[in-house]
Amino acid sequence: MQAVIQATIEFVKQYWAPLVCSVAIVAILPLVAGYIVLVERKIMADMQARLGPMRVGPHGLLQPIADAVKLLIKEDIIPEEADKLVFWLAPVLSVAAALLAMAGLAIGPAFQIAKDINIGILFVVGISAMGIFGIVLGGWASNSHYSLIGALRSSAQLVSYETAAGMALVCGLLFAGSLNITSIVQAQYDQGIWFGLLAPVAFFTYLVASIAETNRAPFDLPEAESELVAGYMTEFSGFRWSLYFLAEYTNMIVVASVATTLFLGGWLRPFPRTTWLNFLDFLAPLAMIGVGVYCLVRTPKQPSRVQQIFMLAVAGLCFVVALVLVVPLVVPLFNPSLAAAVKPFHDGILGAFWFILKVSLYIYFFMWLRFTLPRYRFDQLMRLGWHFLIPLSIINVLVIGIAMIAGQYFNLTGWALLLTTVPASILALIVALFILASEQKSEPQKTSAAPDSYA
Amino acid sequence: MLDQVIFYTFAAIAVISAILTVTRRNVVHSAVFLITALLATAGIFLQLRAEFLFIVQIILYVGGIMVLFVFVIMLVNLDEAVRQMRFARQKWVALLISLALAAQVGLMFWSSRKMPGQGMPKFAAAPVEMLPPNSEAVAKSLFDTYLLPFEIASVLLLVAMIGAVVMAKKRT
Repeated sequence: MQAVIQATIEFVKQYWAPLVCSVAIVAILPLVAGYIVLVERKIMADMQARLGPMRVGPHGLLQPIADAVKLLIKEDIIPEEADKLVFWLAPVLSVAAALLAMAGLAIGPAFQIAKDINIGILFVVGISAMGIFGIVLGGWASNSHYSLIGALRSSAQLVSYETAAGMALVCGLLFAGSLNITSIVQAQYDQGIWFGLLAPVAFFTYLVASIAETNRAPFDLPEAESELVAGYMTEFSGFRWSLYFLAEYTNMIVVASVATTLFLGGWLRPFPRTTWLNFLDFLAPLAMIGVGVYCLVRTPKQPSRVQQIFMLAVAGLCFVVALVLVVPLVVPLFNPSLAAAVKPFHDGILGAFWFILKVSLYIYFFMWLRFTLPRYRFDQLMRLGWHFLIPLSIINVLVIGIAMIAGQYFNLTGWALLLTTVPASILALIVALFILASEQKSEPQKTSAAPDSYA
Repeated sequence: MLDQVIFYTFAAIAVISAILTVTRRNVVHSAVFLITALLATAGIFLQLRAEFLFIVQIILYVGGIMVLFVFVIMLVNLDEAVRQMRFARQKWVALLISLALAAQVGLMFWSSRKMPGQGMPKFAAAPVEMLPPNSEAVAKSLFDTYLLPFEIASVLLLVAMIGAVVMAKKRT
């Protein structure tokens, strides 16, 4: 008994930081996902020239909390004919996979749960791909045709686009020379250029494939509401349904983080090696102060006293965050001797700021696409995946590899590498388009949807 | 201590779900338990500090092969098959073969017991302070030490893949 207690104490002593981080992620992510939904509704409203949710809190800022309460107290319906155990298991599986994948990610150099794992990015990709079982099993267990078709579409889509995404990742990893997330970002710092610029085609492939993998519009066929009610989620209600939602939004964060780490320079600011751009670091606190001032300006215009107080609170929060961001920047200016002591905080906080900014922009791009493009038909989706993206990504790996060897031969590094990789990427694109065109010529495009059993 | 607890937990999960995989009547339940067994095996890999094997097991078996399995299970109508009696005629042959296999494995452990340092495998983990860079080590052995076998295996897989595509095309 004594030994067990001793072992437990040792365990906690050694792992308290990752444990606290994990608890924080599990606790905060539902809130973050809720606010991403709110932002999505606001962006949708903006693009459709209306206001979006405005009732709960100022400008609808408390809407996610109201939604969460509604979902929690909603009746939990399990269909009579459903497979109870699998029905119970499926949403949990989805969420667990998505949350577990977050463990491998690094939000800035300081915030990483599983520090310096050798397989880094593979861990994130592999674990998050397991979430598909939640969707497939959920669709099967609800014993409904809409759900089953949604689940089948989902798995077919994931299997098709996983290949393209994997090949795109291989391209980025060729430049990084390591799977470890810290080393990948360090490699981008050493080269002084983001890998997304070095391998634009790979980045594009990953972008498209990641949209398909997270089942977002225009590839949201598994939950196409005009034909499948809600796809695999049709029979789920209340809390289980919200678990699926949480998994979907967490997966969005995960793919955005992977793309940011590998293609957009992770937690580095733009042009990390250029010293005269150091003032960009001050952009972070300035942005927060700007938001805070805007909130203060809007405060007198709020209709009720409660909403005014809430607006003030939001402004205060922004100023506090700005203060936290500005302290490590300003201290070395006044007292250079403290610079070394402040450095980790400086890197950690600003790294987190840039990382979150990039992830947000990536997710914003998802939303932008969702409200701009119409949904694909299933056979179009499959044709795009198998006839264009997969050949493109394979050819791209090939030519980027050749371009890298050519770069080594001519001793090109950093921005100079663009001389070989950009022509290579263009070549890959041309060859892939040529393949697509030749295939369409040999096999004339069907006018109606293919009568596949699962489409 | 902790290592042993982790190992026996994963081992128990793996064995129990492997048994459940073959005893469940419902095919999807079988598939779920097979996934559990594979995941538990991956956990043992991780406990032995073989990170790369762990993630390859998850990506290939769980994320790739099992997704296809489940996909096929759902496409094919298996209600008929569940009602029929399955494969019962092979019972005795199967028993014989598995007994022979068990005897073989037992013999292996028995005969290796006297060799120095090669008795029953001890599940001691690699030292924590010096983790081998897993993916690099695997890559080095695949593309350096065992390059020829690796290439032969790749060609074999390629042939199998092309063969499958050709056979599938002939049908339609």
